[in-house]
Amino acid sequence: MALLEVRDIHTYYGNIHALNGISLSVEKGEIVTLIGGNGAGKSTALNTICGITPARSGSVLLSGKEITKMPPHKIVEQGITQAPEGRRIFSRLTVRENLEMGAYTQKDKDKIRQSLEQVFEIFPRLKERERQPGGTLSGGEQQMLAIGRAMMANPRILLLDEPSMGLAPILVQEIYAIIERLHGQGTTILLVEQNAQMALSICSRGYVLQTGEIVLSGSGEELLANEMVRKAYLGEN
Amino acid sequence: MNTTLLKCFGTDNPIMKWVVRVLAGMLIVALLAMPQIPFAQQALWVRVIGYTGLYIILGIGLNVILGFGGLLHLGFVTFYAIGAYTYAILASDFFGYHLSFWLVLPLGALLAAFAGVLLGVPVLRTRGDYLAIVTLAFGEITRILITNLRSLTNGSQGLIGIDDPVFFGRTFDSGKYYYYLIFIFALLVIFITSRLRKSRIGRAWNAMREDEDVARMTGINTSYYKLLAFAVGGFIGGLAGVIFAAWQGSIFPDNFNIFVSVNVLCLIIIGGVGSIPGVIVGALALIALPDILRQFAEYRLLLFGLLLVVMMILRPAGFLPSKRLQIELGQTRAGPTPEKIEPANSSTGGNAS
Repeated sequence: MALLEVRDIHTYYGNIHALNGISLSVEKGEIVTLIGGNGAGKSTALNTICGITPARSGSVLLSGKEITKMPPHKIVEQGITQAPEGRRIFSRLTVRENLEMGAYTQKDKDKIRQSLEQVFEIFPRLKERERQPGGTLSGGEQQMLAIGRAMMANPRILLLDEPSMGLAPILVQEIYAIIERLHGQGTTILLVEQNAQMALSICSRGYVLQTGEIVLSGSGEELLANEMVRKAYLGEN
Repeated sequence: MNTTLLKCFGTDNPIMKWVVRVLAGMLIVALLAMPQIPFAQQALWVRVIGYTGLYIILGIGLNVILGFGGLLHLGFVTFYAIGAYTYAILASDFFGYHLSFWLVLPLGALLAAFAGVLLGVPVLRTRGDYLAIVTLAFGEITRILITNLRSLTNGSQGLIGIDDPVFFGRTFDSGKYYYYLIFIFALLVIFITSRLRKSRIGRAWNAMREDEDVARMTGINTSYYKLLAFAVGGFIGGLAGVIFAAWQGSIFPDNFNIFVSVNVLCLIIIGGVGSIPGVIVGALALIALPDILRQFAEYRLLLFGLLLVVMMILRPAGFLPSKRLQIELGQTRAGPTPEKIEPANSSTGGNAS
């Protein structure tokens, strides 16, 4: 059974049909990526999985358990967390407070301390800036904080929405190295990206989303070799 | 008050912290002793400070909703009115019930809290300006209802002959008793809300105010915490209402007009949204000062407007802004280094997409 299974979800913003029946699955321990252009519905797909923009029809299953209609805070308790697009850290809270907010659903104080140590081990830069307000961090550090915050709840699956957005190439490399490291430690990741090259090179499998529909899927190499993908997303003629 | 004194509320300087504590302690002692030491116009001062204290309680209440929860509620008067009318109905000659003040005090507050939840449910999905408009309407509806529900509220004739509280055989027949009553309750709500802000609940409010969607993504049930903010704020507003009705002895629909909500909101803004010391300063500036300067009554609104304009220019976060806001102002105005501001701004830019 797949860890996360999305079956034919339709999501609307008012009358706008944002997701037109997409299905995908993520196995335990995989990195699966969802690529697509602006407005393809990538973020909407993640937000639907999280319960922020619930699907009008279709279903989302976590280890076979129906979570489609659950409110977002219940879904976090089930083990899905997200580092949202644009990072959206709590800019007035300190780095540490941001991370503690990520562990809001965790009751066990020892476990929270453990997660905090883990996050600081992966992101030593955050440890250095522990007491600094989140808003004073650089873009790359904010991305680290957003990922760290999502890791604090010990998720069964981590959703990352465009972690490379607005970052200098060297920082993109750094963030991706961290994503691979998290994956190496056994974290299951669903990664949404516009930066198709980066995402496809580290993923186990990928899906291509176009105007609310999945038009292509396959392994990372297959998609990187695919002519349509090369033309549309990798800027080749 | 000089600026160093103002600033020290926000610093972590331990010496200044102690200076503030000692000054606050002296102020409390002076306030406690004031009604006992006879001097000219004492009754006036007892009334003015008591009234200011009442608005401090109201301000603390709205501060929970606006300052902690980040919910712009413009109909706070509703809770005040519910508290006041609960006591007036249950402890006056109008219906002939004469229930004890100490019984009705929690009852009126609970009813107001309940109203907070009830009015909160339909506005859960509205944010910012829309929430303000809807709650503004609630405040007006309250006033119109109490004007027209004559069988219950006696309409615009109001409810008169409201009982004075009795405490261990002592009837509260002078302003001094109310002065102390308000004093104790003001300290109580200040203590409770400052504890609340540091609790798990306070942290959830903090996150919700900063970014509602992300708060939901981190597992916070924002609907629950919004309703909780309305309930706690409503409860405190209700408390103030009960005390007000008992003190004034008679209440009329006009006591609960929109200016109550506006005044409470203004005193919070002037003091600094989210800051508890700010509420006190705001109440002094907005409630005590105009009362003391009654002989300049004609210029009150003029001075008031002027004060607001000067505030906006010089201290946009209020006289005693909360620490959180100071951190933010530190970034946007007198930030540590301009380089550090850049990433913060770019992230907010990113949020919009």
